[in-house]
Amino acid sequence: MNLQYALGIAGLTLAVGIGTAAFAGPDEDKLVINDVIEMITEAPAPEHVKQLGTIYSGWRFRTDDTQALEADDFSNPAMLAVDAAAEAFSKVEGEAGKSCASCHEDVSKFKGLAPSMPKVVDGKVVVFEDMINSCRTNNMKAEAWKWNSDEMQGMVALIKNQSRGMPVNVTIDGDAKPFWEKGKEMYYTRYGQLELSCANCHEDNYGNMIRADHLSQGQINGFPTYRLKQAKLISVHNRFKGCIRDTRAETFKEGSDEFKALELYVASRGNGLSVETPAVRQ
Amino acid sequence: MKRATNVLAALSVCAASAAFAAPPAPGDVVYEDGAVAQSLTGAPGDPAAGKVLMNKGSGNCIACHAVSDLSELQFHGEIGPSLDGAADRWNEAQLRGIVANAKMTFPETMMPSFYKVDGFIRPGNAYTGKAPEGPLDPLLSAQQIEDVVAYLMTLKE
Ligand code: HEC
Ligand code: HEC
Ligand code: HEC
Repeated sequence: MNLQYALGIAGLTLAVGIGTAAFAGPDEDKLVINDVIEMITEAPAPEHVKQLGTIYSGWRFRTDDTQALEADDFSNPAMLAVDAAAEAFSKVEGEAGKSCASCHEDVSKFKGLAPSMPKVVDGKVVVFEDMINSCRTNNMKAEAWKWNSDEMQGMVALIKNQSRGMPVNVTIDGDAKPFWEKGKEMYYTRYGQLELSCANCHEDNYGNMIRADHLSQGQINGFPTYRLKQAKLISVHNRFKGCIRDTRAETFKEGSDEFKALELYVASRGNGLSVETPAVRQ
Repeated sequence: MKRATNVLAALSVCAASAAFAAPPAPGDVVYEDGAVAQSLTGAPGDPAAGKVLMNKGSGNCIACHAVSDLSELQFHGEIGPSLDGAADRWNEAQLRGIVANAKMTFPETMMPSFYKVDGFIRPGNAYTGKAPEGPLDPLLSAQQIEDVVAYLMTLKE
């Protein structure tokens, strides 16, 4: 069906070039988690990405099997890491003899924080990994967690999960403006020997197949996501890294200023979609 | 048939080799309205080898294009148009130009430039994500470009 459509449209593609909207598109499924939490997987595009028309969660582009895993916490493989983080939250670690719970009581106190993340504090983009490690090193006198470690991504997922269902609402003006601009510039830069930008795949071609992959809009409202391929929770920056590496480019590092600016920008493209953490992807 | 092609190819390699020392460096290829008239090797390519490249490594054309002749292979992409009938739409010189550097024909196209080695932003060492260790090789060699072009020339409807 998709293939035939693509074949039929070949002449048109040539004539108008790519950049026209997706051909195959997202499916029409609704995501209601645990039969209770209704998720916004589709919303009018925010003013600053009007060209998208409508924004969609990556969930809408996945197969029924993958979709089903996320719809129920009992089948969501990410929940193991989230449960482990819930235990870690009240575990005393470090020389100060404290746990997260010593100061933050219950993790549910973080409800409402995820939709506004990342944000700019004191002239720097702050992402969850920074906040958590700052508390670990300064407040607990414990060792920092590695960016991609199960502990770190489990904790990020646990905190973001408190806001599951709430619409993303990242600030892009004021102090955030220069970082947002930097992220936007990166989004449209054609990196690597293949000379491909994020926009080439996730704006001009979402809905289309690239080899065996059904391209989504590359939204991050569900991060950290459990990737079935890697069989673990993966960070936003790890995903960015993989996508840039696949353009035969020299990537940036997890935690780099570049990826933080890009995270801010990409998050803002999802303003209006529900926080879906922890999402499940192929 | 295949044998005949190979013999022909071998013959023209001999005939051309006197006049044709080495393939032009990617920067020296002459494009006219996107087309490249001269074979990069001075000889016709091998369509059978070209067919393999459509699905392989640095070619991987079907990541983006559907080709009915390759329907035994799974998962054809939808990014670019179907290549069925490509040889009816374009002549050999135009196809050579498109495969070597499609941006000379379609200025902003998403199609990678297969015979190009510089002018990239943060190029990497293949798919390692690391910086390259020396000068880059083109995605396809001159011979491979000719092989792919020879294969595309068989796509008539
Ligand atoms: C000794 C007390 C203390 C401990 C222990 C501690 N924190 Fe914090 N944390 C703070 C303070 C103080 C702030 C900054 C004030 C605020 O925003 O609440 C903060 C801020 C945060 C924030 C940002 C909140 C916001 O709204 O911006 C997060 C997230 C966080 N901590 C997570 C953790 C986690 C996870 C742990 C355990 C690994 C932890 N903290 C351990 C004291 C602590
Ligand atoms: C060559 C095409 C291509 C390029 C270029 C590309 N990506 Fe991707 N990306 C993919 C594919 C394929 C997937 C997996 C399927 C999907 O969700 O689109 C993916 C997935 C993602 C996801 C996960 C989406 C989800 O729902 O979990 C994010 C986020 C993402 N990409 C961001 C980016 C960013 C940011 C850039 C630019 C730095 C980029 N991508 C460049 C092909 C690409
Ligand atoms: C990343 C995606 C991508 C890859 C990989 C790719 N192409 Fe293309 N190709 C395109 C797009 C998009 C167009 C349409 C031109 C435009 O942008 O207007 C195109 C156009 C073409 C055309 C002209 C269209 C026609 O009428 O047939 C030919 C021929 C072609 N490509 C051959 C190839 C070959 C051969 C390869 C592999 C060596 C290849 N392409 C790899 C994206 C791609």
